[in-house]
Amino acid sequence: MDLMLLFFIFVLAAFLGFELIAKVPSQLHTPLMSGSNAVSGITIVGALIAGGTADDSWLTTVLGTSAVILAMINVVGGYLVTDRMLGFFKKKDAGAVKKGGVK
Amino acid sequence: MSSATLINLSYIVASVLFILGLKMLGRQATARRGNLVSAVGMLIAVVVTLLDKQVVNFTWIVTGLVIGTVAGVICARVVKMTSMPEMVALLNGFGGLASLLVGWAEYGKIRAFGWERYLAEFAGSPVFTGTVIFLAVLIGGVTFTGSVYAFAKLAGLVSGKPVLFRGQHLVNGLLLVLTAAGGGVAIFAGDPTWVLAGFTTYLVVSLVLGWTFVMPIGGGDMPVVISFLNSLSGLAACAAGFVITNNVLIVAGCLVGTSGVILSAIMCKAMNRSLTNVLFSGFGSGVVPGGAEAGGEGAIQGELKPISPEDTFAVLEAARQVVIIPGYGMAVSQAQHQVRELADLLEQNGAEVRFAIHPVAGRMPGHMNVLLAEASVPYEQLVEMDAINPMMPTMDVAIVIGANDVVNPAAARDKSSPIYGMPIINAHEARTVICLKRGKGTGFSGIENQLFLLPNTRMLYGDAKAALQGVVGEFKSIAAA
Repeated sequence: MDLMLLFFIFVLAAFLGFELIAKVPSQLHTPLMSGSNAVSGITIVGALIAGGTADDSWLTTVLGTSAVILAMINVVGGYLVTDRMLGFFKKKDAGAVKKGGVK
Repeated sequence: MSSATLINLSYIVASVLFILGLKMLGRQATARRGNLVSAVGMLIAVVVTLLDKQVVNFTWIVTGLVIGTVAGVICARVVKMTSMPEMVALLNGFGGLASLLVGWAEYGKIRAFGWERYLAEFAGSPVFTGTVIFLAVLIGGVTFTGSVYAFAKLAGLVSGKPVLFRGQHLVNGLLLVLTAAGGGVAIFAGDPTWVLAGFTTYLVVSLVLGWTFVMPIGGGDMPVVISFLNSLSGLAACAAGFVITNNVLIVAGCLVGTSGVILSAIMCKAMNRSLTNVLFSGFGSGVVPGGAEAGGEGAIQGELKPISPEDTFAVLEAARQVVIIPGYGMAVSQAQHQVRELADLLEQNGAEVRFAIHPVAGRMPGHMNVLLAEASVPYEQLVEMDAINPMMPTMDVAIVIGANDVVNPAAARDKSSPIYGMPIINAHEARTVICLKRGKGTGFSGIENQLFLLPNTRMLYGDAKAALQGVVGEFKSIAAA
């Protein structure tokens, strides 16, 4: 892919990132941080390509596989933890629903 | 349709889902769905990447995916809500390390097969690809060790106090120069032996740099640090995206990178400090820039006056307007359920109870909101700092639970105080202030709190959970009698 095009995407995404977060209520900062942390696990895509490419070097295999494991922990852990946190907020919106029912 | 087209189209869908997901995460009503939307984007990105023609070695990567998923599920399930900040720090560190390993693996391929074959697969030039590998490894390395150190500080494995030594900035500067030199050699030398030497240098030094970068930052500033490191892990992923010229990595990584910076800035603003001040000043070490000792001029003279749970009960029983100000101490002793129990009892007793939340209370932004939500505290009872302060003089009792700097009146009065200028919750304006505190030491900022010395302040010493149980017990025994 043309490198200039990638730079173009990069700059646009940067502006989008600024715009998206500008006005978020403070009680959502923690879920937002942990949610965006999960998104940064997108490096899993790089890890898959690094680890899945055919070459017979054990070094690449070890590095690639470790990267896949770590990125996957980041992704899965990140999304689940965020969901757990937001689950508590949800319970509150339901109002009368007290303990029980929701884990 | 060729598989390359299919993959790129799917990457566009994934990117859109990330953007929508982040947007929805910013609103209470849609936050949970937003997280799900973003997760679906990730799933799509992972699945279509497996279809990539370059990916042929399935045994190991599937093993990796399974191990990572199981470990991730376990992490997310067992972590207590009170330990959330350190969990996010740790997960973030893993992401950074993964980006570092991707950079390393790509370097390994170039070394094994030469540029010609590598550049036939990925666009770029030796200088460009060399530079982005350098960035992926450097940023990934700093993110990894920095996050692990932040994790250790928050989990109490190492002291939360800033570690300072003479010439620290000089050492960090030298390390940075060394990294850059290593990078320069690796990118421009050409000779494989020199390239390897340069690569090894910046790989190792970047890991050291992450550690020494977080070292002088106190535990109380960890929210900003974690948010900043989160931003870095996004940028590391972004750099890795430039290495393998992958657009979804660039978009998602960049989104995280900029949103993390914004979040850090919002948090710094809430403390009335600059990001530079948080990251580089060694704040909270007791060594105040400018030489003035904490509690200098304008300091309140007085002594700490302890109170027993029985007397606390007597004060609270008579109160009509009560405000509870939680802080990190509540998280540490996991007292949120006892806090809610006490609030319920006070309400039954006819008092009006509010929770005043400072924007930077705890070790993560919104940390207190998450904990109180876990304990099912109704949303309507939570009041933000700007809303509670005008009401403060009408409050009969303010109960400060493990909060310190965010209620320190020195921030408003004492120009020599390192936290001067930080907006605070004016707990000292309430008729009576009861502070739950573990011991007589200073908080994470290392500053003596003048609130504790005021004539209308009483100190309820001990673990917050145990102390609250004592007070709740008093209420119950009266009700039973």
